[in-house]
Amino acid sequence: MVDVQAHLPVLIVTVPLIGGILTIATGRGWKPWAWATFLTGTVFYFTIRLMMQVLASKTGMVSYELGNWPRQWGIEYRVDALNAFILLIVGGVGFITTIYAKLSVEKEIPADRVNFFYAVWVLAITGLLGITVTGDAFNVYVLLEISSLTVYALIAMGKDMHRGALTASLRYLILGSVGASFILLGIGYLMMITGTLNMQDMHDRLMSVPGILESRTVLVAFAFLLAGLGMKMAMFPLHMWLPRAYTYAPSAVSALLAATATKVGVYMAFRFLFTIFGVGFSFGMMPSGLVLLLCASAGILVTGVTAIRQTNLKRMLAYSSVGQLGYIVLGFALANLHGIAGSVAHIFNHAVMKGGMFMALGAVVYRTGRCDIRSVRGLGKQMPLTLAAFTVGGLGLIGFPLTAGFISKWYLVQGCLERPGGWPLAAVVLIGSLLAVVYTWRVVEAAYFQEPDPGTPPVEEAPLMMLIPMWTLIGASIYFGINATFTGHIALTAARSLLGGAP
Amino acid sequence: MTGVLGIYNYWIYVILMMIGLYGVIAKPNLIKQAIALGLFQTGIFLYYISMAVIDGGTAPVWTTVQDGAQKFQGPYDNPLPHVLILTAIVVSVSVLAVALALIINIKRRYGTIEADEIEAMDIADRLAEFHAGAAADAVDEAAAEGHGLEHAHGGHHHG
Repeated sequence: MVDVQAHLPVLIVTVPLIGGILTIATGRGWKPWAWATFLTGTVFYFTIRLMMQVLASKTGMVSYELGNWPRQWGIEYRVDALNAFILLIVGGVGFITTIYAKLSVEKEIPADRVNFFYAVWVLAITGLLGITVTGDAFNVYVLLEISSLTVYALIAMGKDMHRGALTASLRYLILGSVGASFILLGIGYLMMITGTLNMQDMHDRLMSVPGILESRTVLVAFAFLLAGLGMKMAMFPLHMWLPRAYTYAPSAVSALLAATATKVGVYMAFRFLFTIFGVGFSFGMMPSGLVLLLCASAGILVTGVTAIRQTNLKRMLAYSSVGQLGYIVLGFALANLHGIAGSVAHIFNHAVMKGGMFMALGAVVYRTGRCDIRSVRGLGKQMPLTLAAFTVGGLGLIGFPLTAGFISKWYLVQGCLERPGGWPLAAVVLIGSLLAVVYTWRVVEAAYFQEPDPGTPPVEEAPLMMLIPMWTLIGASIYFGINATFTGHIALTAARSLLGGAP
Repeated sequence: MTGVLGIYNYWIYVILMMIGLYGVIAKPNLIKQAIALGLFQTGIFLYYISMAVIDGGTAPVWTTVQDGAQKFQGPYDNPLPHVLILTAIVVSVSVLAVALALIINIKRRYGTIEADEIEAMDIADRLAEFHAGAAADAVDEAAAEGHGLEHAHGGHHHG
């Protein structure tokens, strides 16, 4: 019998990688979905076990050397509080979205391609988990491309609903590949000067060799990595691929991507900026803190206003996602304890809130076939639970007390005020919340205070198969808004270890 | 050759990358964009391979000397970047394959592979959606459930 506990870090990647490919062979109908649910459920279980293992360990981290090769030569998987937390988010949201996907996919994907859909779906989750678990810089690139390629395919599968999915996917493919190539180059320059690919060794050598941080090679590596990561996590001026991709992707894919893909991008930024370069270089010697703060603030304000003007609700949520990503970037760019803790907490909170909201929209699409602002008119009476989920998610985006969004915004504002002269940033956070009030209110108004368009046939409440996953995520956003002990503890632990440099 | 010209590999890598980046940004033809993306990535491969080289280095393999015994004959180039780039080449080929698959589908659905024409059609699609929404306020039941809705969604709607 294999000792699962000892091999958890690698099982998180290998089980869905092999199982995902096998999904193609499961045939038609419900079987690919059942297999994908089994795989993602197993992975979710692994991530919970790994989290417990990390919390129980004295060093606060778990290291796993693949094939017993020492980390100088082989690949090391290294899990601390931060990536155990991100793994838990990706694993959990991946599992819940897979359950949700069944009905939505039956409606939006042709029956003869369902097995391929779930194969690519599981592989996308694999890639995201792999990026998070690995402690090897080149391994990050490989798994990044696994997740990116599968995500391009997933987005393009919306082509039977709308042909815009194809151009959205190709645009993302080109921008995403350029971004990933920048990351590859950055890793190359780092390897050139440090002679290693292990993140921890890179950090140690950058810190120990005098004068190395001033070398032009390190500066070039930093610039390429920052640009590439900005593109991958859809940081404000580099976000142009995201709104279309989320709008035209199948509903389940939008929910999965909004909850996990950009979050893993942010995680990569944490690792490269804090763990490898160290906070002293990234936010002390380099002006990147200022650049990121400006981008994040502009992103929060501009995308908030843009979101208000959208008639397509999926597009509205997509712009809102870029804005919420602004909060996350703002938090870690402050480079102080509460800022980073707010950023980490917001990764989780935004994942559950936005995942749940996209699921609610997916249910609207399932029943009405559309998701523009007119299609939700009067739906508050016809689909009360779905629209209530959307509304509670919206309250979370605003940062209303008793929702998870409040916790992370509290940390963020605290972080802003701790920074000397940081009050304009706190103002940006609050104005961004007001913008979220406006765009959420538009939907609430249409759903609860307007009559359905004459001639639209009445619809039923969404099926339970959609409601349960939707309310699991929305329920989590309420639960962790009231009882923030767990998320707060993890976020502060992760923030401390990031500021300390070592994972 | 010494100095800046001596590292001409790096000059070639930068030039290849810039040609690729220019093509990705400036060429409206999607196939040309895909080719340019390939060129961009090829530049990076050259960069990785170049960094492995050391003066007088050879391939890191066993060599058989005359008496039949095997031994190393160093110094050797660093084999690690070569291995990494094998992986990156596979990735690049996969990206190209996905891109071409998408372009074929775009050609089927849009009838063109020129980015500017496709962009115009996408904008027209969005405008049609918007006007359909605005019109929905005014039209009566017949238009909403029959011909009007089908037409407004460009016939691609699978409700």
